[in-house]
Amino acid sequence: MARIGVFICHCGENISATVDVAKVAAAAAKIPGVVHSVDYKYMCSDPGQQMVSSAIKEKNLTGVVVAACSPRMHEPTFRRACAEAGLNPFLCEMANIREHCSWVHEKGEATTNKAIDIVRTLVAKVKKNKALLPIKVPVTKTALVLGGGIAGIQASLDIANSGHKVILVEKEPSIGGHMSQLSETFPTLDCSQCILTPRMVEVAQNPNITLYSYAELESLEGFIGNFKARIRKKARSLDEKLCTGCGLCCQKCPTKKIASDFDAGLGMRPAIYVPFPQAVPNKPVIDREHCTYYLKGKCRLCEKVCPTQAIRFDQADEIVEVEVGAVVMATGFDIKHGDFFPEYGYGNYRDVIDGLQFERMASASGPTLGEMRRPSDGKVPEIVVFIACAGSRDPAKGIEYCSKICCMYTAKHAMLYRHKVHHGKPYVFYMDIRAGGKMYEEFVRRAIEEDGVQYIRGRVSRIYERGGKLIVKGADTLLGARPMEIEADMVVLATAGVANPGAEALAQKVHISYDSHHFYSEAHPKLRPVETNTAGIFLAGACQAPKDIPESVAQASGAAAKVAALFSQDELIREPLIAVVDRQAPPLYSTCVGCFLCQTSCPYQAIEKEEIRGRDGQLIKTVAKVNPGLCQGCGTCVALCRSKSIDIQGFSHEQVYAEVLALLNRGESDV
Amino acid sequence: MSDFEPKIVAFVCNWCTYAGADLTGTNRMKYSPRVTIIRFPCTGRIDFMLLLKAFANGADGIIVSGCHPNDYHYSSGNFHARRRWIVFRGLLDFLGIDVRRVQFSWVSAAEGAKWAQLVDATAEQIRQLGPFSGYHKLRGAGVE
Repeated sequence: MARIGVFICHCGENISATVDVAKVAAAAAKIPGVVHSVDYKYMCSDPGQQMVSSAIKEKNLTGVVVAACSPRMHEPTFRRACAEAGLNPFLCEMANIREHCSWVHEKGEATTNKAIDIVRTLVAKVKKNKALLPIKVPVTKTALVLGGGIAGIQASLDIANSGHKVILVEKEPSIGGHMSQLSETFPTLDCSQCILTPRMVEVAQNPNITLYSYAELESLEGFIGNFKARIRKKARSLDEKLCTGCGLCCQKCPTKKIASDFDAGLGMRPAIYVPFPQAVPNKPVIDREHCTYYLKGKCRLCEKVCPTQAIRFDQADEIVEVEVGAVVMATGFDIKHGDFFPEYGYGNYRDVIDGLQFERMASASGPTLGEMRRPSDGKVPEIVVFIACAGSRDPAKGIEYCSKICCMYTAKHAMLYRHKVHHGKPYVFYMDIRAGGKMYEEFVRRAIEEDGVQYIRGRVSRIYERGGKLIVKGADTLLGARPMEIEADMVVLATAGVANPGAEALAQKVHISYDSHHFYSEAHPKLRPVETNTAGIFLAGACQAPKDIPESVAQASGAAAKVAALFSQDELIREPLIAVVDRQAPPLYSTCVGCFLCQTSCPYQAIEKEEIRGRDGQLIKTVAKVNPGLCQGCGTCVALCRSKSIDIQGFSHEQVYAEVLALLNRGESDV
Repeated sequence: MSDFEPKIVAFVCNWCTYAGADLTGTNRMKYSPRVTIIRFPCTGRIDFMLLLKAFANGADGIIVSGCHPNDYHYSSGNFHARRRWIVFRGLLDFLGIDVRRVQFSWVSAAEGAKWAQLVDATAEQIRQLGPFSGYHKLRGAGVE
């Protein structure tokens, strides 16, 4: 038999000014099951809480209703008071007679009656409440970081420095990402490699970080605190333990004319190569698609010259299985390439290049050793046109969003060009200049005012070749859409930042959501920007949306802080307000019919399949099972379940039906 | 009919509309006391049988309100609620319940004023429709 205590708060005069609290207390006392009903000036004060806890002990209460303010205000206070008095905290409910009653209605009988209705509703609910225990989930204190660009590096270092193990997986032979390709960085113009490479070395030397380069995620199973990842280590074709990184093999390799991805196709590399001299790890890989031995069955020159006999032609991919407690997605972005801009002749004219190619050209370690030499004939370009928003903010091209970094890097490119070719003339075609950020606007002004970059507001309609020059046809919309024609030696397109080609497949592998452009979705656009909807998986850097370096680093540190907070405890403790699937004694086992409508509707992939087997191992039925680590307690599955086999603790069918009936003043006899 | 005071049940989600209604209170905006709230984690949790149950037990009108689409605590539950509502409208009609007795709305945690307007507009609507008298029939139909 229920023994409910009702505690009605005056909240000073906040409630008692419009609600006749004594009348509410008297009415509550008459509700079946209520054995104690009092009112008090400040229920949340120490003496008020004391009233609750002594009543629990003296009257042996089985449930408590505090009629006061919103549960969002003081539910934790009173649940704690109940727990201290020995009553399960989930047997305490708040009846909101302040925000939803006394404050919003005039003084009078109707208001008091509504307060009574609310109390009666919550009494009916609390009678159906069940004692719940917090859910404890063990935590494996190792993080998996996918992607070794600046975001992945920062996240790995931050997590490792907080004392936890990190497994960093990078698909390229070296970590460093796009940042390692950049020449200088805005708005300070410090050299990208100079600030990045020490971090890369730190990653290699940190005892808490295990680095798998030239590796990719094969699969990820499990849930927060308890993931199992399989990582494919692609065959480097050499023994990494023996290789010293001397580089003799790369020098001797006879196949030298392979377009280098790292140099954005402007430079060449051999078939056995490290992407760039400061690579971490500094161990080569053999590109089997171009290596003469793999193509023709002979050569093996690298094997002959290797002083430590590290070359392994027969090496196969290796699968490594690891257990991790959290995952940071830091897989970065790509830029639009190829035939995306036929009107600009991109891919057709060799002197129409993209931003990354310009970066390599401007880089002291790049194919031109930092000299401005156009790809077609190696001449120094005298007139260069930079086109911002090449693809971005262009719904006709299917990219509505702003790529965010291009305004800044275009200003930087134009500036760098002027610093290298003093007599050169840079033009920038732009739609708007978006230079929001610390020292960003000043940087753009500097490009215009000090370095004489000519900014033209307008779009370029066409680029074509005439007599060795690139004719750029556009319009200056600030001069009444006056048509412009510039005879350029080179054109640089600030092509749109897009998701990596493999982003969608990877998201499906790790079960996180992504937007229509395949950028990964954060759990809340404002308040949970580094979490995904899948508990335990976090986001860092440009895999979420195009971002510059400071933002990527900030988000990576944010994600690392989330991981460190998760790892600061041995067990995760979560509120048990989650869904549960009905289980019964044999021969029924469960009312679940196994339609798995719940599984398709669950936003958190929290529904699993459970096979019920008899003693002989024979499959009896397959039913749904809620993973308590993943369920967030939205209850969408509960409303959808055809056989009413899934219910949510704290908002169960019994509870809400009892509430509806009580609210409409129908007793339990009506159920 | 002028002295008829309707009984309206509001099914709201915890994160947006419940908080929005809290804000109405914090701002001391006044609205009709004829509406009482029942809290759910999410509009996706609302089994629409509950609506029929409420009608069968004497409710004159119902409000269902949650987070705006795409502005949502649990990422997709309110889309399920919206679809369910679209299907449910047809059933209401079939049962002989005036669709206008159910108000489906989105009220965010910042829209305290919208909540007050929603309640008052619904109360006025139900007042014009008069008491819901079909519930005896509904009970006979197995809804209880």
